Amino acid sequence: MEVGLKMANMLGAADRDLNLKETELCLGLPGGGKTEPETPKTGNKRGFSETVDLKLNFQSKEAVDLNEKNNINNSSSSKEKNLLSSCTKDPAKPPSKAQVVGWPPVRSYRKNIMAHQKSSSQEDGEKAAMSGGSSSAAFVKVCMDGAPYLRKVDLKMYKSYQELSDALAKMFSSFTMGGNYGAQGMIDFMNESKLMDLLNSSEYVPTYEDKDGDWMLVGDVPWDMFVDSCKRLRLMKGSEAIGLAPRAMEKCKSRA
Amino acid sequence: MLKRMSYSSFPEDVLEHVFSFVQSDKDRNAISLVCKSWFEIERWCRRRIFVGNCYAVSPRMVIRRFPDVRSVELKGKPHFADFNLVPEGWGGHVYPWIYAMATGYPCLEEIRLKRMVVTDETLELIAKSFKNFKVLVLSSCEGFSTHGLAAIAANCRNLRELDLRESEVEDLSGNWLSHFPDTCTSLVALNIACLGSEVSFSALERMVGRSPNLRTLRLNRAVPLDKLANLLRRAPQLVELGTGAYSSDLRPEVLSNLAGAFSGCKELKGMSGFWDVVPAYLPAIYPVCSGLTSLNLSYASVQSPDLIKLVSQCLNLQRLWILDYIEDSGLEALAASCKDLQELRVFPSEPFGVEPNVSLTEQGLVCVSEGCPKLESVLYFCRRFSNDALVTIARNRPNMIRFRLCIIEPQTPDYLTHQPLDTGFGAIVEHCKDLRRLSLSGLLTDRVFEYIGTYAKKLEMLSVAFAGETDLGLHHVLSGCESLRKLEIRDCPFGDKALLANAAKLETMRSLWMSSCSVSLEACKLLGQKMPRLNVEVIDERGPLDSMPESFPVEKLYIYRSVAGPRFDMPGFVWNMDEDSALRLS
Repeated sequence: MEVGLKMANMLGAADRDLNLKETELCLGLPGGGKTEPETPKTGNKRGFSETVDLKLNFQSKEAVDLNEKNNINNSSSSKEKNLLSSCTKDPAKPPSKAQVVGWPPVRSYRKNIMAHQKSSSQEDGEKAAMSGGSSSAAFVKVCMDGAPYLRKVDLKMYKSYQELSDALAKMFSSFTMGGNYGAQGMIDFMNESKLMDLLNSSEYVPTYEDKDGDWMLVGDVPWDMFVDSCKRLRLMKGSEAIGLAPRAMEKCKSRA
Repeated sequence: MLKRMSYSSFPEDVLEHVFSFVQSDKDRNAISLVCKSWFEIERWCRRRIFVGNCYAVSPRMVIRRFPDVRSVELKGKPHFADFNLVPEGWGGHVYPWIYAMATGYPCLEEIRLKRMVVTDETLELIAKSFKNFKVLVLSSCEGFSTHGLAAIAANCRNLRELDLRESEVEDLSGNWLSHFPDTCTSLVALNIACLGSEVSFSALERMVGRSPNLRTLRLNRAVPLDKLANLLRRAPQLVELGTGAYSSDLRPEVLSNLAGAFSGCKELKGMSGFWDVVPAYLPAIYPVCSGLTSLNLSYASVQSPDLIKLVSQCLNLQRLWILDYIEDSGLEALAASCKDLQELRVFPSEPFGVEPNVSLTEQGLVCVSEGCPKLESVLYFCRRFSNDALVTIARNRPNMIRFRLCIIEPQTPDYLTHQPLDTGFGAIVEHCKDLRRLSLSGLLTDRVFEYIGTYAKKLEMLSVAFAGETDLGLHHVLSGCESLRKLEIRDCPFGDKALLANAAKLETMRSLWMSSCSVSLEACKLLGQKMPRLNVEVIDERGPLDSMPESFPVEKLYIYRSVAGPRFDMPGFVWNMDEDSALRLS
């Protein structure tokens, strides 16, 4: 598989009309590429085929979103580039505060404490039990099998699996693109049999540790529930993830 | 007959004795430049060193020049790491320093680190390498767990200070505290406020009980309020106290017990903690209020009336950190009662809320600037400001040395005139001639930078976000601010021209941070190649730089002077722009 990513191509495409990009990891719902992935209306229980649509195609034609985190642009040229991402926010709309990284400049130490305090002082007693609190930050460690160091993401920065997947792709692209780790990227979860094939391969599977300490497959539950229960993320090699699928199904069933 | 004094015949030990009275680094550095013999004498008797950027110099170079150091202070990541702008894995590893000092400075007694990555392995190495180790301060550090702390506790027989302020510690067990041997009675300061889970309370109690020199104790949230009184009774000599959670079921005996314990603390000058405050328990500290000079209520979600009652009793307060629950009315009361106030920090209770949740405006700060003649250091988060208010503050307080204003919504104009806040901040730099630190916010054009470049001659650190219009803005700052050491910029339309035109200036500064600006890869390369004594580091997570067009703006740029050359521990998303790197990139 051609993994070599030619950024020159991608960036040359910046001036052209930029639609859906097929380059990246998408944790979108089936049909993918929607700007605003809907949260499933049917509640927790979903079969695998409906859970996640993960695709990675490193034969890129489009440019990467350059200033994904920089939502407030001062240069007009980069405004165009912001149109790239299929998951981008509408550039004409001013970004809401929560999306600007590191602004206002409140230390995450403080944000986390305030979040925890607010939830415990709320009348809603059960909220006090939740470790994440009702607002602000939810930092979790992200590790990728084979990568030399871990990363951290604030799950509250994202509104959907799609956005998270984009961010993770960016973060770990330096490993996957160079081909050093032989990664072929995330896998396609379109259907169960394909899932089984791919789980046997060396590609990566996104998993997370939930509040109970169990390792789950990313994408089963509604986004908000995921954010509240996710304690850490692990991009696991496909061949190691085989044991997860049945467990995830069990958990799903037990929640029904 | 003329007697001539010959400096070269001054005995060395006399000079050394004279130098021992000179403690400031700047003065010591000046001494070392006088002549070769002074350089030699001075370097042998320098006992403490401060390295503001751990990558500016290598540990080997430091040890070679200063062979007998007892105290080391290092800083790692750039300041904006506090706001998650520096990706994890960037660097700031302290291990190479500790490894070198383990052999180079066996008599090392004090290590102070800020924004560095400290591993358990590092802590274990510290614990076994320095026989007379006394002070460990880890400020905003990360990468270690309670296992590492256990190693320190178990091995550092003469430990005086263990201060973990705001570090991120992996909490594996509360038992680490029990690793302090019963023979350890030397503790002077213990700050475990950042630890999430419970420490063994009985171990803590015993520790406090056998430490007659304990002056500073900052507990973590897990220490319940009803246990605080007992601790205080064992340590009535405390000068600084950080409470644990300040809440309990309302029981009269807890309150009276606590108040009684506080009455016994005659030396108490500073208090912090106050998580989960139940206001009914605040009166317990009334007995000590009049002695307090420092009060950190910045985690206390308490409403203004209770805060006013508390603060108006602290007549000797010099430093107050508080949430915006205090509101303008509370700040008015503060201005009326606390005439010795020097430092005020007002933090936002809901920084991401779109609508203001409290009535805190520019008025509060204006009031304090009028009523508190010694006010010199301000950090203020609010949602609106005006040029008039800034001008008033500037005129009231020409003695201001630190002024950091954060108007929460980026690019907010003067709420009265809808103009940029250029003239307001201009007044600050014009009137406050000794201003050392400034953080800007609100709607700002190039004009504000012109004022800063013209007037802010003592400014050492400037933080800029979402401001300016053209490269001229950056050029004003780099060409005008003679004392500038640290400049951090995010989301501003500054590009190549100002940076390249002022390249030489960068060698006179500790560091420059620019993120989400318009500096091209080409300019970074040029700078890196032309300035061998600068490390020009591009931080870009989008992918390999070699396929990026030269005209493309880089995501983040961190430039710092260094005599150590490019660093060896750059992760995959950081590139050094010097000549060798440039060859590799093409």
